[in-house]
Amino acid sequence: MSKNPKISISNLHKSFGSKHVLQGVNLNVDAGKSLVVIGGSGTGKSVLLKSILGLLRPDQGSIEIDGTQIIGLPPRKQEKIASKFGMLFQGGALFDSLSIWENVAFRLTHADNMPRKRAKELAIEAMARVNLSKANADLRPAELSGGMQKRVGLARAIVTRPQILFFDEPTTGLDPITADVINRLIREQVTELGATAISITHDMPSARHIGDEIAMIFEGKIIWRGPAQDIDNSQNEYVDQFVKGSATGPINLMAG
Amino acid sequence: MNPIASIGRASLGLLRAIGQVTLFAWRCVLAIISPPWYLRQIGRQLLSIGYFSLPVVGLTAVFTGAALALNIYTGGARFNAESFVPNIVGIGITRELGPVLASLMLAGRVSAAIAAEIGAMKVTEQIDALRTLSTNPFNYLYAPRIIAALIAVPLLVLIADIIGVFGGFAVATQSLGFNGPLYVKNTIDFITGWDVASGLIKAAVFGFIIALMGCYHGHNSGRGAQGVGRATTNAVVSAAILIFAANYMLTSLFV
Repeated sequence: MSKNPKISISNLHKSFGSKHVLQGVNLNVDAGKSLVVIGGSGTGKSVLLKSILGLLRPDQGSIEIDGTQIIGLPPRKQEKIASKFGMLFQGGALFDSLSIWENVAFRLTHADNMPRKRAKELAIEAMARVNLSKANADLRPAELSGGMQKRVGLARAIVTRPQILFFDEPTTGLDPITADVINRLIREQVTELGATAISITHDMPSARHIGDEIAMIFEGKIIWRGPAQDIDNSQNEYVDQFVKGSATGPINLMAG
Repeated sequence: MNPIASIGRASLGLLRAIGQVTLFAWRCVLAIISPPWYLRQIGRQLLSIGYFSLPVVGLTAVFTGAALALNIYTGGARFNAESFVPNIVGIGITRELGPVLASLMLAGRVSAAIAAEIGAMKVTEQIDALRTLSTNPFNYLYAPRIIAALIAVPLLVLIADIIGVFGGFAVATQSLGFNGPLYVKNTIDFITGWDVASGLIKAAVFGFIIALMGCYHGHNSGRGAQGVGRATTNAVVSAAILIFAANYMLTSLFV
């Protein structure tokens, strides 16, 4: 672990009413590394990701990007920090009213004020990098399959060649073959861009494929972290149960 | 259950809602007056809020004007004042019924559509996606809708005024035996510029309310179809109530 991580999270807390979702998360990610956070539903994965993205304001703790504290930044500075980010949402989060290329080029045309012609060229280039043909450029998101929508979301995330990429459940709702295609594309793009990546998922094949390292979150805390290849020999009974997908073990969901 | 506690809870809830709407409105106003301005979005919203609302507003106005002429004729006949039909139709439509009824119809059509669209965008994480793309939803989504409503609703009301007066004219000349040119002359002579302008000022305020309520309830929509449905209903109901309240305040200011 480097002394100057790209992303540094310490003692992060977030509650919703009486529900204490994050209970002191500590996590560092070095530049150029891909970390996957695994964990069951409701363990705080999405809240963690949204806190880093500035979509939720944590109650306590610190999040630093390149050494800059990002919690509580004014909106303009937050937008500037967000220009380092690329994000693939679970459902794609594509804008229905815009065409595919307009979705991909959204940041270029709206935040960077790039002329539409040039932005379209870059969008089509980004689409090609995720194996989407130019013929799809003028279609609407509703005209594409779920897997293709994920690829559009990925193209939108990488079009500006961001320093940091986030992936929220990138393979949820996809068939195994399409999921593998998305995993390969994510791995390719993260490597090619040299980006730092944080992904959250509960899909183990995806976690193994995308991550250099895997961390497990349980009850709002990181309970294990290690290289992706060690996930099957974690020596942690919580991780073992999760990886095996067993109903019996220290994580008891049967009690509701 | 303690009734005093219930009243207290309801009062606090109301005050909280007023505070939230006020803060939201303030953020919208800041977004309207500060760049970036998304002209393409404003154009789209002008088309959606303005042009596509023309049939609804036009039909409402023509039937209201026609019914108003019949009622004034019937009422006026009781004290030999039938000849005031053009005057009262003109003033009634321009000062009151044109802005209020057109805006109520727009509350149903536009507030609901805005709340449903923004609510669905929230549920599908599109608003979060905007933020991650360095785009402020207040500038990109809400300000264009409010600007478009501020421009389109007065224009629609102006058209409603003309169509409403025409509705009265049609009934008066075809059924009630009024002379066409004389009806028009009486209307023009009687209506002042302020009658029309005060109606248009009301329309601008109502336009702000219509778009603001759609954006606010969409922005605060709950999850799932039920959440979006509730946001849509709340947008229409709150817009309608605020239109009536604002209408009373503006009317008492203008008379």
